Amino acid sequence: MSASAGPAYLELLDVAKHFGGVQALDRVSLTVHKGSVHALVGENGAGKSTLGRIVAGVLGADGGRVILDGTDVTFRSPREALEHGVAAISQEPSVVPRLTVAENVFLGVEPTEGGFIRKRPLRNAYAKLAADAGFDLPGGMPAGRLRTSEQQKVEILRALSRDARLIVMDEPTAALGSHEARQLYTIIRGLAASGKTIILISHFLREVLELADTVTVLRDGRLVKTSPTAAETDASLVEAMLGRPLTATFPPRSLPPAGAPVLMRARDLRAAGVEGVGFDLRAGEILGLAGLVGAGRTELARAIFGAAKVESGEVVLLESVRLGRSPRRSLSAGLAMIPESRKDDGLIFGRSTIENATISRLDALTTFGVVRRRRERRAATAVLERCGVRGAGYSAPVAQLSGGNQQKVLLARTLLCEPRVVIADEPTRGVDVGAKRAIYDFLTSLAADGLGVILISSELEEVIGLSHRVLVMRRGRITSELEGEAITEAAILGASFAEGTG
Amino acid sequence: MTTRVVAEEPAGVWSSVRSRVHARRIRSAAILVPFFLLFGVLCLTSKPFSSRANLLDILDQQSATLIIAAAGTLVLIAGGIDLSVGAVYGFSAVVSAHFALHQSAGLAIFLGIGAGLLIGIANGLVITTLRINSLIATLGMAFIINGCSNLVTNGNLLVLFNKTAFGELARTEFLGVKTSIWLMVAVVIAFGLLLATTAAGRYMYAAGGNAEAARLAGVRVAGIRVLTFALSGAAAGLAGVIDTSRVLSAQASPDDTTLAFTVLAGIVVGGTSIAGGEGAVWRSVVGVLFIALIGNGYLLLGYDPLYEQITEGALLLLAVGLDAVSRRRG
Repeated sequence: MSASAGPAYLELLDVAKHFGGVQALDRVSLTVHKGSVHALVGENGAGKSTLGRIVAGVLGADGGRVILDGTDVTFRSPREALEHGVAAISQEPSVVPRLTVAENVFLGVEPTEGGFIRKRPLRNAYAKLAADAGFDLPGGMPAGRLRTSEQQKVEILRALSRDARLIVMDEPTAALGSHEARQLYTIIRGLAASGKTIILISHFLREVLELADTVTVLRDGRLVKTSPTAAETDASLVEAMLGRPLTATFPPRSLPPAGAPVLMRARDLRAAGVEGVGFDLRAGEILGLAGLVGAGRTELARAIFGAAKVESGEVVLLESVRLGRSPRRSLSAGLAMIPESRKDDGLIFGRSTIENATISRLDALTTFGVVRRRRERRAATAVLERCGVRGAGYSAPVAQLSGGNQQKVLLARTLLCEPRVVIADEPTRGVDVGAKRAIYDFLTSLAADGLGVILISSELEEVIGLSHRVLVMRRGRITSELEGEAITEAAILGASFAEGTG
Repeated sequence: MTTRVVAEEPAGVWSSVRSRVHARRIRSAAILVPFFLLFGVLCLTSKPFSSRANLLDILDQQSATLIIAAAGTLVLIAGGIDLSVGAVYGFSAVVSAHFALHQSAGLAIFLGIGAGLLIGIANGLVITTLRINSLIATLGMAFIINGCSNLVTNGNLLVLFNKTAFGELARTEFLGVKTSIWLMVAVVIAFGLLLATTAAGRYMYAAGGNAEAARLAGVRVAGIRVLTFALSGAAAGLAGVIDTSRVLSAQASPDDTTLAFTVLAGIVVGGTSIAGGEGAVWRSVVGVLFIALIGNGYLLLGYDPLYEQITEGALLLLAVGLDAVSRRRG
């Protein structure tokens, strides 16, 4: 690991930025050393992404100085930043799916002759670049066929091909499974070892503690502290982020009563990505679904909910109602799902918080098809407040809420449906520490009320901390069932990677 | 318990969000400014413009366009586009004229609107079951229907000058205003209320705003889309019948197709987003009337009508451009 005592590569002095009336960054000063991994942590809205964007030239600062390698710089665009050796890797990589990996890497700077791209020099340049970086990514493959983690490698190669010396990574592992995240860690360490400087913006404190040399904590746009990571712990960072200590990470589990009735039963269920899955879900139980990304967890959830086609087998709610036909029928039967991506599959961003909360239960709030506004507002406000949604008033577009509050709107929608079984797919993705705990409390309280909960999460500690029972999936099958004391990280990982079982 | 662990939001966020909401409201009313400006200028520069007769004439002439635009707004908001409305308008016009020649006026009206409704349902079913882009599907439908109109008329002008009963539909005066206008007002209000106050209206916004999220929330997205196309077809049918009744003649004309673009221009100039999920019926009314005022103004002020088209085209680009910019900011 490179020493953080290397020469200063990037210095920020009193950098300020405001959006309208909000001070997003309030005179932040920090020094990033050459060849180090420097992490920025903080809650949503603390200003860490804003800071990253200013460094990468996406946003301009309102005040203060940015000093790169000893010279004052002001970037007016990401392109200008790139010319100075500063590149940004986003959470969701942008690749052109139809172009090959090599073409994506050299997009815009292809070797050309009379306007035509010269294929061979392109291939050679790619081969050299990939070898230097130590990536074995086939240059001729269409980028659209790559997984998210591999697409991120394309972005990293793109940055390296432009000779980037400072790389800003904003939540690079948020969309990755734990195995893929590990690969990215190795890459980041390799980049730092070869003298590149990395600014890592992350929600995952473990990742920060493991990877970063230095960590800067931001709160409400102000710098709380910058210190060597070795001097920090999970708890110390959370305390600095929140401004107060956080009590237990997970709420206490109440065990489901022995002999609790089975709420939902799946038998030999097959769908795209699901190869014959059977299980029972009991009342009051939180059933964790673990496994690598692509193991078939989300596919299973979508098939049960009726969002994806069930090919064969069956899943039955309360002994009698067949599920897996359509989301609408599932909802009216008593099964709700909090989808994996609140942006793509959950919320209608242009509409108000209230409308987003009530959309699944509008039929109960209308007379002759006309929505009873006052009744709707009352019903929505009650559940939104119960779920702790806070923000610009419930009539404002839901897009204006923070990630955590948006997720809570989906919880409120679920409550309004009065379900018997809830499937929560990655319910805490992209959500800050405080909101995470609120979501844990929510799921635990559902189980305590006698509902059945299926929890899908790529964060192992979440599955371990909340579930009464865990099913581990691999290649569309359940490979292991763990209960009580047997739910350990080693057991889950072992079953996730196990070859030849199931 | 929950509230204790939820993180404090910076106080500043609140005021910023409020100011953004405020900016949104101002932008949302933006079309009214050029409309009233133009209205004022025309009042000052042209004496005959502000006469009751001229203003009612404008409304009478625009009643068909306004009815189609009101329904088209629903289609656009639900994430579709209907380019067949011009052809349907023409088809319903000749169908109703054809039957009015030999049958009762009531039957002619019923068949004219019914034809539009059926074509609209066909549009919706083709688009949702085959999952075809609605732009292409309705364009294809427009050609088919335009051909059918020629089959009905054999290329002749259908003249109804002695069919006064059929003419009563649009030409009767009630409280000094023609029934074409009354019908238009009723239909526009009905569509406006459907969109703004009913569950179906909500689902239209949801289907156009984020179809997959709406489906997972239990909305019958395909059903809602079919509904919007059916209403659009029926509205185009009614518009064709009203115009036939107004002028007491009908003819199959390839020009009918351009009506679809006039309507679309009005909707978009009013500020309903072509991308779906946003908009309102009142906006389309203002947008259509704004374009009509430009035409009327050119006429009254004696300018070359050549420039009218150029102005309208530029206006359309400006409206779409503003929408795109505000989207990026939003």
